[in-house]
Amino acid sequence: MSAGLSDKEIIDKVLAGDQQAYAELVTRYQHYVFTLALRFTNNREDAEELSQDIFVKTYRALADFKGASKFSTWLYTIVNTTCISFLRKKRIKTKSFEEEGSIEIADTIHGDTNASLAEQKSKITMVNNAIRLLGADDATIITLFYKSEQSLEEIAQILHIEVNAVKVRLYRARTRLKEKMQTFFAEDVRNLY
Amino acid sequence: MQTEKKVEERLWEYMDGLATEQEKNIIEKLIATDIAWKEKYNDLLELQQLIHSTDLEEPSMRFTKNVMDEIAKVHIAPATKSYLNKNIIRGIAAVFIGMLVFIFFYAFVQIDWQAGSSTAVPVKLKNFDYNSIFSSISINALIMINIILGLFLLDRYLATKKKNYKAQAR
Repeated sequence: MSAGLSDKEIIDKVLAGDQQAYAELVTRYQHYVFTLALRFTNNREDAEELSQDIFVKTYRALADFKGASKFSTWLYTIVNTTCISFLRKKRIKTKSFEEEGSIEIADTIHGDTNASLAEQKSKITMVNNAIRLLGADDATIITLFYKSEQSLEEIAQILHIEVNAVKVRLYRARTRLKEKMQTFFAEDVRNLY
Repeated sequence: MQTEKKVEERLWEYMDGLATEQEKNIIEKLIATDIAWKEKYNDLLELQQLIHSTDLEEPSMRFTKNVMDEIAKVHIAPATKSYLNKNIIRGIAAVFIGMLVFIFFYAFVQIDWQAGSSTAVPVKLKNFDYNSIFSSISINALIMINIILGLFLLDRYLATKKKNYKAQAR
């Protein structure tokens, strides 16, 4: 069993020929990878397929992981590049929901939120839905910073940009998140503050 | 009076743990004494906590199994280092450096050190016969291909720069 082992120890086991040990890494990171893929695609089937590809790609490239960074940082770099090339191939529009069609989508989500809030009175659901309304870049940077626990330097490495650019983008993403919450979930926001 | 944007910017830096010790003390003081700062801080703090509490998305139940099934069909690729022979790279570098050294050495020995301080170019450019160089079709074709490739590379470079600039501006 590999459950108690560190990422590096699991990788060493896999490289030594224990293919099944890789399942622990998949279990450990599947939610993070799937969430990030979903931020890019906005489609669960595509995100699932992409996430599988990412784990297969990571497995094939495992011998190249030298431990210079965290495994998660290395993995998210693969997530980022794979998702970007997927979007290029599929020419999916990653534009913000402010553009055409956004209101209908937002209404759908808002409807879900109202129902969900009525049932669970959950503020978290509202924030979750507001993140879904963001563009891929904003949603990704928020997910990397808050959920995947990556430092600004690590995010810079993942996204291939400067640390200062990460700071600026993170600030803008949070500002846009607040705007989305105020635009589409105004009533809920009033209850929130 | 600072703009709301500036206040938020400073508060986020403080909350992310990126503020300097001096800035941290100033902001703590402001939060403690200024109601507007305190309210803004509480708003942002609640938002931050809510973002932290959001759920990650769940893939399907069979996700790990599907990945392991796919992995059973592939092998781990050898590390890049193992098939990139450093000796070959060093050899190529040595050839290029050798060529540069030879060209510089050749040019150096060709200089007429007795020419004095005159700045006049010893070759009459007007009399230079360019036709002897550019008469060959194959050389002209080669130059044309290089120009096209150069323009293609420049286009790619500028497109990437534009994309990066747009991405950073967003």
